[in-house]
Amino acid sequence: MKKSVLIGTLTVAGLAAGIAAAGTLDDVKARGKLNCGVTTGLVGFAAPDANGEWSGFDVAVCRAVAAAVLNDPTAVEFIPTTGKTRFTALASGEIDMLARNTTWTFSRDVDLKFDFIGINYYDGQGFMVPKALGVSSAKELDGATVCIQTGTTTELNLADFFRANNISYEPVPIETNAEGQQQYLAGACDTYTTDASGLAATRATFESPGDHVLLPEIISKEPLGPLVRHGDNEWGDVVRWTVNALVAAEELGVTSANIEEMSGNTNNPEVARLLGTEGTLGEMMGLDAGWAKAAISAGGNYGEIFSKNIGEDTPIGLARGLNALWTDGGLLYTPPFR
Amino acid sequence: MTILTDPPRESFRLSMLLYDTRYRSVTMQVIALAVLVFAFWYLGSNVGTNLREQGLDISFDFLGNPAGYDINQTLIPYTSQSTNLQAAWVGIINTLLVAFLACITATVLGVLAGVLRLSKNWLVRKLMSVYVEIFRNIPLLIWILIIFTIMTVSMPAPNAFRGETPSSTMFMDAFAFTNRGVYIPAPIWGPGSMVVVATFIASIIGVFAYRRYATKLLFDTGRLLPMLWPSFAIFFVPTILMFFVMGSPIGLDYPELKGFNFKGGIQIGAPLIALWFALSVYTGAFIAENVRAGIQAVSRGQSEAAAALGLRSGRVMSLVVLPQALRVIIPPLISQYLNITKNSSLAILVGYADITGTLGGITLNQTGRAIECVVLLMAFYLTISLTISMVMNVYNNATKLKER
Repeated sequence: MKKSVLIGTLTVAGLAAGIAAAGTLDDVKARGKLNCGVTTGLVGFAAPDANGEWSGFDVAVCRAVAAAVLNDPTAVEFIPTTGKTRFTALASGEIDMLARNTTWTFSRDVDLKFDFIGINYYDGQGFMVPKALGVSSAKELDGATVCIQTGTTTELNLADFFRANNISYEPVPIETNAEGQQQYLAGACDTYTTDASGLAATRATFESPGDHVLLPEIISKEPLGPLVRHGDNEWGDVVRWTVNALVAAEELGVTSANIEEMSGNTNNPEVARLLGTEGTLGEMMGLDAGWAKAAISAGGNYGEIFSKNIGEDTPIGLARGLNALWTDGGLLYTPPFR
Repeated sequence: MTILTDPPRESFRLSMLLYDTRYRSVTMQVIALAVLVFAFWYLGSNVGTNLREQGLDISFDFLGNPAGYDINQTLIPYTSQSTNLQAAWVGIINTLLVAFLACITATVLGVLAGVLRLSKNWLVRKLMSVYVEIFRNIPLLIWILIIFTIMTVSMPAPNAFRGETPSSTMFMDAFAFTNRGVYIPAPIWGPGSMVVVATFIASIIGVFAYRRYATKLLFDTGRLLPMLWPSFAIFFVPTILMFFVMGSPIGLDYPELKGFNFKGGIQIGAPLIALWFALSVYTGAFIAENVRAGIQAVSRGQSEAAAALGLRSGRVMSLVVLPQALRVIIPPLISQYLNITKNSSLAILVGYADITGTLGGITLNQTGRAIECVVLLMAFYLTISLTISMVMNVYNNATKLKER
């Protein structure tokens, strides 16, 4: 009698454990909050303001997903991660998704068992040097001391670049962007290297940004995008199509300003499907019909998010470049919503 | 007539394992061992199952793959094309280097501060108390950060040495103190330099031999030979003579500002200096307390008796008090050496490439092999700690009170 009770308990516990491991989407809904991994602070991409409110380009992705799933863009717990802790945090389930300018690479996708759900920023690794140094090309950096965030793809690219050009350098490994900035400004390293967008964001926070230049060489491809754990395809779909919805919204001319009007009357069937007035796209993913509408309302479409956080009108001042829509000569292109 | 017989031999029953004191302790140990083995087996199989579910496996193949990253302080040959294993070796050697240096300086600092804390001079005594209390009560992590930040912010960058009227100049044209580290001249080994080195090693042996002879003479005949100046003479004179006899075969390679950095000479990186210094002053404060405790454990009568013999206070300390205090000082000193070695893993704060930085940091990160790397790290620190402990315990056995 006792034995059977014990076995019964074990079975129930085992089933419960199996269910709990299955669906991140259900977990997030049950919790009422999205755990989103971001950087420890990179202005424009993800940084808390004086009131502790997180904002930025990566943060907007988190908020859009939270809006799509929970219909509340503020239902996000932002969990700061460093280059070293981010993957462990995701693999262990501490965070539901990682939106932290993370480069999509083969080994991270295949060997570390993550799913990159797309690319929301096309970037490349660059160098920043003080103007006073008089360097105009990265190839003149022979013998330089280079500040580099450890545990990133940039660390490997850097070694490859200097080796390929047969010049030497001395790495100064640092843990966070803030530390790198401090070391660079104190002159403990001659140049700071990371993704060009990150350099622009960092430079924007300097007292006199004009004293520092970004060198023309872009030494790598850094496709940045959000990622989720491998094997939970339902959750992967939710994040993937939320990001796609932001891009599609820009393509279809849906903005946070006209979204109410567009969802009321539109003769474009794709807009109707996207905003849930036609078809059952939301239902297929286990979400409300208005999931995409909520996601777009959270911070606007992709173009709005870009120009609000890192665009040319912000201190960071990044041009759209490769990140323009495919119709404008950029690389952004989403599969159709049907 | 009665026949004495042995009491009936009690046959072994299972319950005796628990109720008989002869067997109980063994039973308990066997049970404890079984529980321990089960616990480890459970944890291990749990990890294995979870990894398999995520499609991951335990494999050490990554150690043979190219590391792909560069390291700023490599005492053995290393390039970004070397293997992860080679990177781990670089880290191990860097760890051992900083731990070794810090153990020496912390001991010197600790013994000085500990002795001076008992000084009769009020100012010296109080200064040492302030040092001990401040460093002991603020975490090491903060000391490392403070020292490194002060170094990078207050020292001049190499480009301050450039131009017609540089804002900084090199000390004696040979030493450059910058926020990237200290650059010192490096020796150039010319032909015949080995003879000079051999002479130098021979004179070190000579110093020990002389001191041994002098001690023996003192014990046998009571005649006290001078110790200090002959030691110095044996240490320096033959080497210097040989240096000129061989025609100055050892030259110096001076650091020179070339391009972005100083080139030539030996660079002692800022991370190494910061970590070394922080570990030394922090642990030195703890060692000072051990030394003070050891000295105070020696009965007052000992130093009074020594003073009654007419010994001066310095000799009382070095000949009577310290040798007796050592047996109180050494056991906790072993712990401090272990602490230094383990605390050196905070190196990542200042970007020093120790084993935690290479194997447990960059390699772990780039390969994603967290469990394997951490297991190797644990094995390394365990081996090192047990080795230090063993060596120091041998020394402890040599110095402890001989009981006959």
